[in-house]
Amino acid sequence: MKSWLTTTDHKRIGLLYFWTAFGFFLLGGLEALVIRAQLAKPDGIGLSAELYNQMFTMHGTTMVFLALMPLSAAFFNYIIPLQIGARDVAFPRLNAFSYWVFLLGGLFMNASFLAGPLFGADRLSVAPDGGWFGYANLTERQFSPGPNIDFWLLGLQILGIASLAAGFNFIVTILNMRAPGMKMLRLPPFSWMTLVTQFLVITAFPVITVALVLLMFDRFFGTHFFIPAGGGDPILWQHLFWLFGHPEVYILILPAMGIVSEVLPTFSRKPLFGYTVVVYSGVLIGFMGWGVWSHHMFSVGLGPIADSVFSATTMLIAVPTGVKIFNWIATLWGGQIRFTTAMLFAVGFIAMFIIGGLSGVSHAAPPADLQQTDTYYVVAHIHYVLFGGTMLGLFAGMYYWWPKITGRLLSETLGKWHFWLTLIGMNLAFFPMHLSGLLGMPRRIYTYGAELGVTRLNVISTAGAFLIGLAMLVFLWNIVRTRRVGRPAGNDPWGGATLEWAIPSPPPVYNFTVIPHVESRVPLWPTERHGPMAPLPLTPPAPIHVPGGSWWPLFTAFGLPVMAIGALSHHLWLVLVGVAIVIVGIYRWAYEPFEV
Amino acid sequence: MSEQGGAHATTGTYLRVAAILVMVTLIEVGIFYVPAFQGVLVPLLLVLSALKFALVVMFYMHLKFDNRLFTFLFGAPLFLALGVVIGLLFLFYGSVRLRAGV
Amino acid sequence: MSHAHPTSMGVDSRKMAFWAFIGSECLLFGSLISTYLIYKGKSLVGPYPHEILNIPFTSFSTFDLLMSSLAMVLALAAIQRGDMKQAKIWLFVTAFLGLVFLGGQVWEFSHFAHEGLGLTTNIFGSTFYVLTGTHGAHVTVGVIWLLTLWVQALRGKLGPGQALTVEIAGLYWHFVDVVWIVIFTVVYLIQ
Repeated sequence: MKSWLTTTDHKRIGLLYFWTAFGFFLLGGLEALVIRAQLAKPDGIGLSAELYNQMFTMHGTTMVFLALMPLSAAFFNYIIPLQIGARDVAFPRLNAFSYWVFLLGGLFMNASFLAGPLFGADRLSVAPDGGWFGYANLTERQFSPGPNIDFWLLGLQILGIASLAAGFNFIVTILNMRAPGMKMLRLPPFSWMTLVTQFLVITAFPVITVALVLLMFDRFFGTHFFIPAGGGDPILWQHLFWLFGHPEVYILILPAMGIVSEVLPTFSRKPLFGYTVVVYSGVLIGFMGWGVWSHHMFSVGLGPIADSVFSATTMLIAVPTGVKIFNWIATLWGGQIRFTTAMLFAVGFIAMFIIGGLSGVSHAAPPADLQQTDTYYVVAHIHYVLFGGTMLGLFAGMYYWWPKITGRLLSETLGKWHFWLTLIGMNLAFFPMHLSGLLGMPRRIYTYGAELGVTRLNVISTAGAFLIGLAMLVFLWNIVRTRRVGRPAGNDPWGGATLEWAIPSPPPVYNFTVIPHVESRVPLWPTERHGPMAPLPLTPPAPIHVPGGSWWPLFTAFGLPVMAIGALSHHLWLVLVGVAIVIVGIYRWAYEPFEV
Repeated sequence: MSEQGGAHATTGTYLRVAAILVMVTLIEVGIFYVPAFQGVLVPLLLVLSALKFALVVMFYMHLKFDNRLFTFLFGAPLFLALGVVIGLLFLFYGSVRLRAGV
Repeated sequence: MSHAHPTSMGVDSRKMAFWAFIGSECLLFGSLISTYLIYKGKSLVGPYPHEILNIPFTSFSTFDLLMSSLAMVLALAAIQRGDMKQAKIWLFVTAFLGLVFLGGQVWEFSHFAHEGLGLTTNIFGSTFYVLTGTHGAHVTVGVIWLLTLWVQALRGKLGPGQALTVEIAGLYWHFVDVVWIVIFTVVYLIQ
C-alpha cells in the first residue's frame, strides 16, 4: 500500500489515473442519469431547479476535468514511455505529484455535495451550480452567495496545477527521452498527438488560471472585474474562459485521435496512411484552435466583423480535421481488417465524430448558431464529439492496451456487447437532441412544458442514456471477469507495430531490457528497407537502476487542498498552513537524493 | 554542466548590454516627459521596450546562443500571448475605432 | 541529479522544462496585461493613473531590476568558471536588488492606498494591483530561490557542478525582469 503512495513509476501512476478517472466517469454518468430521469417527462418535479443546476454543472465539470482528461492522462502515463523506448518520464516525482493533485482536487470539488451543513446551507449539497463554464456575473457573490462557486473555482485551480505539471513533464519526455533512431517523424501518432495536446495544456491553462483568479478576487475581496456596476464587463469572463475552453476541447479530442491512429493501422495490418499529413494536421489543429474561441460567443453581440472572422477561422479548422478522417479511411482501404472490439470503437469514433463535426460546422455560421446556441442542439454536438469521439476513442485504447497493461485480454464477446449497446445507446440519447434543440428546447432547464412538443424526443434520449449505463455495466463485468479468467496475452496479441508490443505484458518495472535502436515508424513490422526489429533479450545484460519512491509529491500535493479549504472557510491561517506545506514539500523534494 | 552552442557572451558583453538597457530606459522616460513626442509616444515606447526585452532574452537568458528548441519553447507561447493581447484589444476596442471612422 | 542521461535533443531536461514553463508564464502575464489594457480608462471613479503613478520612482525600480539581471549573469558566469567567491557576492547582490525592488513596491502600494487607491476602489486599482501584485509575488519567489542558493553556496554545497541550477534560477529571474519591462511600458509610460 505504501509503495502505491510513494510510487514514481509511470505505469503505476497510469493505473492510479485510470481507476480514479474511471470512478469519476461513473459518477458523472450517474449525474447524467439523474438529469435524464428528470427530463423524461414534462413538468418534472423530481429535482428542484437548484439541485438540477448542480447536477448539470457537476456532470459537465466532472466529465471534462475528472474523467476525460485524466483517462487520457492514464494512457499518456502508461503508454508514452513504452512507445518512445524510455524507462520512465523525464520527471517521475513531478508525475506522481500531478496524480495526487488531481485526486485531491477531484475529491475537494466533490466534497461540496456533502458540505452544506458546514456552511449553514439549508441543504446537504452545495455543489457548483453555475454551469461548467461558470459565466459571470451569475457566478458573482450577488447571484451566487453560497460556497458552490467557490468550490468550483478553487477546485479547478487545483486541477489546473496538476495538468500544467504533467504538460511540462510530457513535453520534455517526448522531446528528450526517445530511443536512439526515433526521429520525430518516426514517433507513433499517439505520442505525437500527446505532444501537441501538452503544448495546448501549458498555453491554455494559464488563461483560465487568470480568469479564475479574477473571479476569486471578485468573490472574496470585492473587486469588480466582471461586475458592470463597478466598471467591469462580464464578457471578459467569456473571452478568457473560451480562450482556454476552445483549446481545451482539442486537448480532449487529440489524444483520442492519436489512439485511433494506432488502432486502425494495427487491425488493418497497414501503416497509417499519410502519417506525415496526419501529424501536421494534428499540429495545425492545435495551433488553429487558438483562433476560434469567440465562436462560443456569437449571441453576445460582438459585432459583424468579429463574428465573421471567427466564423471563417472555425470553418477553416474543419479542414485539417477532415484531412485526418480521409487518412483514416485510406488506412482502412485495402487493409486486412480484423473487427476486434478496439477496432469497432475506433471505427465508431470516426462515424460519430463526423456527425459531431457536422453539427460543429453548422455552428460555425453565426446566423445558424443564433438558433442553435444554448439549445439542446449544442448538447447534441458536444456529446457526439466528446462521447462519440473522445470516449469511444478511449474505449478503443482500453481494449487495445488492456492486454499490455494487465497481461490479459478483455473478452471480445462482452466487448462487442459493450460496443453495440454503447453505440445504439449514444445515438438514441444524443441524436434526438439535434431535433429537440432546433424545436426550441433550451439547455440547462430543469423541466419543460408539454406544449414545447419535445416530450417524445426526451423520452428517447433518456432511454438511450440508460442503455449507455447498461453498456457500462457490461464493461465493468468484462473487467471483473477478465481479472479472473481473462486469456493471457503475450508480448504482442494484436501484431502491433510500435515498441510497446516488443516487451512483456505487463511490462517489467524497467520496461525494456535493452533500449532498442529504432529504424522506422513501424519498428516491429518489416518495411521496404528494414526487417522487423530483432526480439529484445529476455533479461537485462546488467542490473538496471530503477528510482525508488518518494513521499514528497504526495506531501506537497496536500498543501493545495489545505490552501483551498482555508480560502473556502475564510481562514487565512489555514491558507498559510497550506502554503507552508507546499514550501516544505518543495524543499524536501529538491534536496532529496533521487536518481532517475 | 551547461551547453554552449558555439559563441558565448563575455562579461564585456553583459556590461555593454546593461549599459544599453539603462540608456534605453532613460530615453523612454525622456520621451515620456518631452511633449513633442506625444504623438509617437506609443509606437516608440513599444519598439524601445521590445528592444530591451529582446536584449535580456537573447543575451542574459542566453537564447541567442542556445539550442533553437528553446527559442521555439519560448517564442511560440510568446507569439500566442501577443495574439491574445492584440485579439482582445480588437474585440474590445475595434468596433469603437470603426465607428469613429479612424 | 548528477550523471547525465543520453538525451534525444542534446539539452538538459530540466532546462528544457524550464523554458516550457517560461513560455507558459507568457500566457499568464499576457492574460493579466490584456485585462489591464481592456479596462484602461474604464474606471468610474478616481484616482486615475495620471494622478497617482510616479514615473521617477518607478524608473528607479526599473533600473534596479535591470541591474539585478546584470548581477545574475555575473553570478552565473562566476559559478561556471568555478569562482565561488564572486558567485556568492553576485547571488547576494541579485537577491538584494530584488528585495530593494520589493521594498519599492511595498512603499508604492501603501502610498497609493494612502492616496485613496485600493484594490476595490475602481477598476484601475483592481487591474493594477492584481497585475503588479502577481509580478511582485513572482519576484518574491525569485528572491527566496536566490537566497536559498546563496545559503547553499555559503555552506560550500554549490559549485560548478550545480551551475545548471543557478542558470535555471537565472532564467526565472530574467523572465521576471522582462515582464517588468513590459509592465513599466504598458502601465506606467503609456497612459
